[in-house]
Amino acid sequence: MPNTLDLRRRIRSVKSTQQITKAMKMVAAARLRRAQSRIMEARPYAASMEAVLRSLAARVPSRKHPLLEEREERSITLVTVTGDKGLCGAFNANVLREALNLLRSERWPAVQLVLVGRKGIDFCKVRGIKPVATYAELMGRITPESAFSLARDLTTRFVEGTTDAVYLLSNRFRSIIRQEVTLHRLLPIPRADIAGEASLTGYVYEPNPAALLDDLLPRHVEFQVLRALLSSQAAEQAARMTAMDAASKNAGEMIDKLTLTYNRVRQASITKELIEIVSGAQALGER
Amino acid sequence: MSGGLHLKVVTPTRVVVDAEVDSVTLPGALGALGILPGHTPLLSALRIGELEYRQGVHEHFLAIQWGFVEVQDDRVTVLADAAELPGEIDVAAAQADKREAEEAMRTAGGEEFNVQRAKLQAAVTRLAVAARV
Repeated sequence: MPNTLDLRRRIRSVKSTQQITKAMKMVAAARLRRAQSRIMEARPYAASMEAVLRSLAARVPSRKHPLLEEREERSITLVTVTGDKGLCGAFNANVLREALNLLRSERWPAVQLVLVGRKGIDFCKVRGIKPVATYAELMGRITPESAFSLARDLTTRFVEGTTDAVYLLSNRFRSIIRQEVTLHRLLPIPRADIAGEASLTGYVYEPNPAALLDDLLPRHVEFQVLRALLSSQAAEQAARMTAMDAASKNAGEMIDKLTLTYNRVRQASITKELIEIVSGAQALGER
Repeated sequence: MSGGLHLKVVTPTRVVVDAEVDSVTLPGALGALGILPGHTPLLSALRIGELEYRQGVHEHFLAIQWGFVEVQDDRVTVLADAAELPGEIDVAAAQADKREAEEAMRTAGGEEFNVQRAKLQAAVTRLAVAARV
């Protein structure tokens, strides 16, 4: 039989844990709102950019642009995006499991790993997997500049021929209760990303369509990276919120159970004491 | 289409301007672009510079850095890497940028020189726009 003092201690400890998980849930909810609004704010730019790019690409047919050049995928770069922190359910584990699967798979003979986010970096260090580049500071504060500089590093690798393709593996934010691990080819830019109809006629182009396209394609890549990072950030906060909500609920159930046991134990000891007093009194009276 | 222009300035992080205006002047890659209602469809690259738009008698200025403008059916869409309203510009930071860039340009060569020149242009534009308030 557990004693009441121990039970009281357990209850108190679980309660303080619950306070922490509750607080973390609130923080995650606030961060999620911010991350979501950043995604929303990037949307008008994305839409305009895509429209311009599609109409422009259609005007400049069969162009040989270095960023569109499809090569045989002998050596590829896999960019794995994780968070910096844990306590967010299977968020990081899902991406890393998928990354391991891709590393082991027969699809590509050589995979160079680029890691974004501390969790992925730690994971690979423990397993002795050597990445070609790591970005530990990026996820803490995502700015367009930092995302663009990552994109430029990746573009350089591709253009210089260090790698034949660049893939992004990250969590995409679908809804608060759903995050999806997706693999997206960043480079060469998939034709489908820019396919469109040349419906616009009589346009004046300054300086000229080809030069504009040359300018726009790298920006498209940069922006894709930014969006992927923002989406991953929102997904992380959503995952953390769900995980912490579940943890708070579990703590609540545990407190209920422990309180019930505590009351039972307390009642039992009172009953026992009463019996002792009554039987003691009876023993005296019989004398 | 009658009436004015619809100007929309968007950056990767936000929509800076979304308003009905009478005219827009932009720093085009091949020189300044003045856009009035009824302009022919246009797609142009933009440089670092001042974007000016007029609403009645009011003139507004923005410091923009690179990007594109698309004009179609009296809708002017500016996609800029960065766009700042006069009130948002940190004058001290811009002045510091300007000094740094000027200093660096004395010694830098080649690619680095161009980077610093762009930084200087951006700083000068921001100062000019901030002074418009």
